[in-house]
Amino acid sequence: MTRNGQPRTLFEKVWDAHEVRAQTDDTPGVLYIDLHLVHEVTSPQAFTMLREQGLTVRRPDRTLATMDHSTPTTPRNALGIIPIADSQAAAQLDTLTRNCHDFGIPLYALGTENQGIVHVIGPEQGLTQPGMTIVCGDSHTSTHGAFGALAFGIGTSEVGHVLATQCLIQTRPKTCEVRVNGRLQPGVGAKDIILAIIAKIGVGGGTGYVFEYTGEAIRALTMEERMTICNMSIEGGARAGMVAPDETTFDYIKGRPYAPHGADWDAAVAYWRTLPSDAGATYDRLIELDASTLTPMITYGTNPGMGMAITDSVPAPEQLDEPSARTTLDKALKYMDLQPGERLLGKPVDVVFIGSCTNSRISDLRLAASIMQGRRVAPNVRVMVVPGSQQVKRQAEQEGLDRIFREAGAEWREAGCSMCIAMNGDQLQPGQYAVSTSNRNFEGRQGKGGRTFLASPLTAAATAVNGVITDVRTML
Amino acid sequence: MEPIKSFSATAIALPVENVDTDQIIPARYLKVTDKAGLGDGLFADWRRDDNGNLKPDFVLNRPEAAGAQILVAGNNFGCGSSREHAPWALLGYGFKAVISTYFADIFRNNALKNGLLPITVDTETYYQLVSMIEEDPATQITVDLAQQTVTLPEGQQLHFPIDGFAKYCLLNGVDQLGFLHQQADLIAQYEATHAQRVKTIA
Repeated sequence: MTRNGQPRTLFEKVWDAHEVRAQTDDTPGVLYIDLHLVHEVTSPQAFTMLREQGLTVRRPDRTLATMDHSTPTTPRNALGIIPIADSQAAAQLDTLTRNCHDFGIPLYALGTENQGIVHVIGPEQGLTQPGMTIVCGDSHTSTHGAFGALAFGIGTSEVGHVLATQCLIQTRPKTCEVRVNGRLQPGVGAKDIILAIIAKIGVGGGTGYVFEYTGEAIRALTMEERMTICNMSIEGGARAGMVAPDETTFDYIKGRPYAPHGADWDAAVAYWRTLPSDAGATYDRLIELDASTLTPMITYGTNPGMGMAITDSVPAPEQLDEPSARTTLDKALKYMDLQPGERLLGKPVDVVFIGSCTNSRISDLRLAASIMQGRRVAPNVRVMVVPGSQQVKRQAEQEGLDRIFREAGAEWREAGCSMCIAMNGDQLQPGQYAVSTSNRNFEGRQGKGGRTFLASPLTAAATAVNGVITDVRTML
Repeated sequence: MEPIKSFSATAIALPVENVDTDQIIPARYLKVTDKAGLGDGLFADWRRDDNGNLKPDFVLNRPEAAGAQILVAGNNFGCGSSREHAPWALLGYGFKAVISTYFADIFRNNALKNGLLPITVDTETYYQLVSMIEEDPATQITVDLAQQTVTLPEGQQLHFPIDGFAKYCLLNGVDQLGFLHQQADLIAQYEATHAQRVKTIA
């Protein structure tokens, strides 16, 4: 599917196929959006704009809403209802319900069978497909790129633009191939790959680029693992990350509720097979990583780029050249109450959080359960396991994972973003340390004054059992 | 949106890299359904202690910071979450421009749609501005969007880049959505010639 004989990358093919109007020197490009996902936190002001300007939603049939960010994950009451204690959150959820009703948008409301984290439900329902453009008022929309879709986060003004016109004003980003060679060692997973990439390039390293993850290690990953990697593209500054679709992708999509069926399926797969980057296609930049040398990763600072091999020690600000970079690391270590040269292995933690759009899918929960099975979590540690969706929750319960978690002494909760963004009351107390499978270790991200170490589900589960930061390879 | 005019103001220096939108406005301020009052949440956890009292040593709380309309901050300003509440909070507090060596993509987009100017300067200029402001917080900086210039007190003038379309919209107080509405025929044509991949409504 070269164009005018020119080989193109996956990104270029998807972008070109969605250009309603090409960018010129004077005017921006206009990009058509196939799927718009909506949640309660970044949409209310966009709907207000529609009402103020007397506009309708152009394509409610290309739009889907769910509740995830400010929703409680506490157990259901005797009536099977998840109670909402926070009146402000309740008002925000009511607003989404009213907006979806008034504008004809389908909604997976709190506690209903398909509700969940927006980036878990899209793939799970088969809505996320190769070659599509997908946006949401959430930076982790990059997750959907695992399918070879162009998917990125937008602000609320842009949510309004897409609601009103199904289009976005865009300037074409640059492309970067992130080639991950080799094969992973036992105990090392997708989360470790992406944490290693971000540690290498920094949180601003991908700014202005769309990543395409290639290489032997990426090919060998499952769809859920690819989602973990694409999810955190934004933490490296890239708005989007993509993986070329292959048999793994097609197998995952087949049979899901919104997947094409029959002849439509065959036509879709035939199209999807044309999407991978052509031989000879060029990228603006290349980043390379050898997966075979990776160890479990962990962050020590207050952004996802401040990460290291779990066996390493905390770096010193004096090692950095830039004054602002030194100030930043110094500030981070003060916040984390860590010393340069300190090792994190063996450090006690207060909380372990297993969940978020990065690591709350069934395979993540299976990994965590494989470590917790037959063991108890350390008595001094609160362990929360939060499935990414109601469907993940049901499947985990069918497999008995909830029992493994409960018997180990962990909390098994309702689906939602939970302590990843700590908007719903699930949060750290000031000064507490947590190992978290989520995506951000920013100051206060998981609760004011809370201190987060980002890691994989395996590392989180191993830490939960021992009560101290643990190299999971010692438990395999 | 009001057209952006040339303005002169004092600035605040926040020489920290990767200031994320969770710092600009913490998530607990996001449970709103409008944009009102978000300025109160700006840098909330850096500005206030656990009892809600202002921390006197944080730059925004120093007496000389009053009335500043320009924020100078380290590279990759606005990284992290896509929350447009970040530019709303900066504007609500009274800032009109942020100067940095580069901005996170989503933040820059969000800022431009709300009339908050993201001004990119080179690293040398950034450090020059930081020391100038730290030495004399009364330093007046003039920002002229039409000319795409930042002018310092002694007449030194810096040129900054900005997307031409965004500049046009900001100077004229035009909402970018208007441009999309003008593409209605092209959008309809696109929809007529491209198969719908998924339908969320049966």
